[in-house]
Amino acid sequence: MREEANELTHMLKGNLEKVVQHGKRADSIVKNMLLHSREGSGERRPIDVNSLVEESLNLAYHGARAEKQGFKIRLEQDFDPAAGKVDLCPQEITRVLLNLISNGFYASMKRKAEVRDGYEPALVAATRSLGDRVEIRIRDNGGGIAAEVKDKMFNPFFTTKPPGEGTGLGLSISYDIIVKQHAGSIEVDTQPGEFTEFRGILPRAATASKAGGNR
Amino acid sequence: MSLLVLVVDDESDVEMLFRQQFRRDLRAGRFTMDFAQSADRALQRISDAEGASLILILSDINMPGMSGLELLPKAKALRPDVPVIMITAYGDDQTKRKALEGGAETLLTKPIDFVALRNEIDSRVAVAGQ
Repeated sequence: MREEANELTHMLKGNLEKVVQHGKRADSIVKNMLLHSREGSGERRPIDVNSLVEESLNLAYHGARAEKQGFKIRLEQDFDPAAGKVDLCPQEITRVLLNLISNGFYASMKRKAEVRDGYEPALVAATRSLGDRVEIRIRDNGGGIAAEVKDKMFNPFFTTKPPGEGTGLGLSISYDIIVKQHAGSIEVDTQPGEFTEFRGILPRAATASKAGGNR
Repeated sequence: MSLLVLVVDDESDVEMLFRQQFRRDLRAGRFTMDFAQSADRALQRISDAEGASLILILSDINMPGMSGLELLPKAKALRPDVPVIMITAYGDDQTKRKALEGGAETLLTKPIDFVALRNEIDSRVAVAGQ
């Protein structure tokens, strides 16, 4: 009898912890969706791409350091002085960059935890002018993306992170912002065990956008 | 010989939940449960259990890597005799049709109705025990 009661109280305690943990997970999913649904309120204006990428890189770096003790990564900037300005919605593109950069951090740190031997996490942010378009690249030296994951990684709620660590919305939202809102493109180049590089291309002029910013 | 139910779900807390819900059956040794957190690992377990007393496979659909719907024909190819029940949050008609066409016994939706699931398991246990 007592054993049964002990078991039950132990179970209830564990279940309450799970309720809290999964409640937090649901909370972050809802927050992400709300952020996304607020899109369109942001006006498009000419923004200096190099400054935007640099700011996002700093923001992501300090965010990661605040969140995780002992976080260390080598950051490289490879900015094209001719990148110039692009008509874009800065809040939205910043979100995309934060997503891509923090994914890169995550991948590099994960690999560091796995290999240890002289591996140094590194992330490169680069820009390049393509005339009437501008390219932004975020490259990490983490473990890369497996082929079967690559097919699905832009799907909403798809995540490879353990429960509670990712909502599976980051890349899906990034895709929407770049492709649907800004009429740009995003693609990934990766080598499992070597690197992952996301390449976003944005048209300079907002008129090129089909969807506009008013969904 | 003990009877085995294999549960496939990428959510690790599923194991805790199932072990809780079926704790009395597990303790009484009516059957055992094994848990695989990916379709790949599930296939491994199914091959390892060859000839053994695997009586039922319960599989989630939305998982990183191979999905439950992709796992279904592979599991059936390995063990045509073992019924597979899909358990998913997406109970729409299309998913249901795909699951049934792929050879699933039935599809249960999340949140899991443990009374219904217990009935499914009990009927398999009864058949296997004969």
